[in-house]
Amino acid sequence: MIDFEFHSPSSLDDALEMLERYGGDARLMAGGTALVLQMKQRFAQPAHIIGLRPLAQTGGLSAVQETDAAEPYVEETDADETPKSIRIGALCTLRRLEDHPLLRARIPLLADAVRRVATRRIRSMATIGGGLVNGDPSQDPPPALIALGASVELTSPSGTRICPVEQLFIDYYETDVRPNEALTAVLVPVPPADTRGAYLKFLPRTADDYATVSTAALVPRNPNNTCRDVRIVLGAAGATPIRARAAEDLLRGQELTDDAIRAAAATVPDAVDPLDDFRGSSDYKRQMAAVFTRRALTQALGYNKGTATP
Amino acid sequence: MVKLKINGTEREAQAPAQRLLLDFLRYDLGLTGAKEGCGVGVCGACTVLVDGELFASCLTLAAAIEGAEVTTIEGIADQGRLHPVQQAFIDHGGFQCGICTPGQIIAAKALLDFNPQPTEDEIKQWMMGNLCRCTGYYGIINSVAAAARNTRNNAPRQPTDD
Repeated sequence: MIDFEFHSPSSLDDALEMLERYGGDARLMAGGTALVLQMKQRFAQPAHIIGLRPLAQTGGLSAVQETDAAEPYVEETDADETPKSIRIGALCTLRRLEDHPLLRARIPLLADAVRRVATRRIRSMATIGGGLVNGDPSQDPPPALIALGASVELTSPSGTRICPVEQLFIDYYETDVRPNEALTAVLVPVPPADTRGAYLKFLPRTADDYATVSTAALVPRNPNNTCRDVRIVLGAAGATPIRARAAEDLLRGQELTDDAIRAAAATVPDAVDPLDDFRGSSDYKRQMAAVFTRRALTQALGYNKGTATP
Repeated sequence: MVKLKINGTEREAQAPAQRLLLDFLRYDLGLTGAKEGCGVGVCGACTVLVDGELFASCLTLAAAIEGAEVTTIEGIADQGRLHPVQQAFIDHGGFQCGICTPGQIIAAKALLDFNPQPTEDEIKQWMMGNLCRCTGYYGIINSVAAAARNTRNNAPRQPTDD
């Protein structure tokens, strides 16, 4: 590892001020699982590291709270109930999220996706915000967050802005986070009660690996078993997580039969653009993306016995 | 200067910013229980507890956890009496060459602290991140299960005189 200067900010404002002062030579560090590894491998060589761990217990930066939603994901079927969101402080570890009773009860799709990341040890270190800023398209939380219509809060000295997770990723390891901004929270709309979801991860090598491909599916259903809306998001299938929009369009408003699901999944190979690598060829991953889309939709609809509900 | 509470004792040493927790423990403090295996957070040989949470000390900058409480394999015996997980690994053949063992035992201790009566599936899920290249996994799983049984039989653990 090359030499660098380590800084311990006393507050978020202090951290943002350091970021401003050191500019492009500085990196914020949360859990460090990605950044320390990149520094060891010399992919990243920052001159200044601003360590955020001391801030985890301040200003709600690792809190998980239910709030009234600013923008619900879909219109509520029950007009008496205020749409809710769960606000997750960016420094909340994945371990705390996977165990969090509120998240497991209200948004099990996200708790399931978080639990699929690497190992318990890595999840005890890695944070939800750190992973998003890293911009690796093979990670597990982003497809689920995009399917759920989540946003992130980005804070700079001049204020905060909200960016949908779907628009956060630009290219491999490249995000819309500006050099003077810190990702401070993730805002996840709580889906309506009649919504079902599933996150499936294809792991032909080891259980703690990155996905060969992964699929998150979220399906709000009408009482007559037609599909009110649907979101299908592929991970590890291109430079960023990818929405399978053609598949979504085929299903929206339709009855969710096995044939309809197969026809929708058949559009997925053309929607993705995976790399050839040691996890498989690009062509193989295209086919697997379709297979896992079909399985995720089937599981989300509860056709298989014993599958996770919403 | 890096200051940490290691196994209940305040320790400090001069260390550069890039010092990893693993190297700080081994080279600055002489605690050589945690091992470097893969060096990329995958194998689990360097596992320690930081404020009670499982950590890969090979991916942790010592400076980044300034002031934290670190528990290593050297710190889990109670006044010379082995921790139930350590005893179970001896009684049930939980190791062969032994290089992964400090990490295995710390991971198993964290499991039983979190879930005192895990099922075999829960043990496998939890211990998945600790590799044993001798492939002695059955011995490890049996040891963790036995430690859980012993902890239940003796619960709550009483202080002893020996």
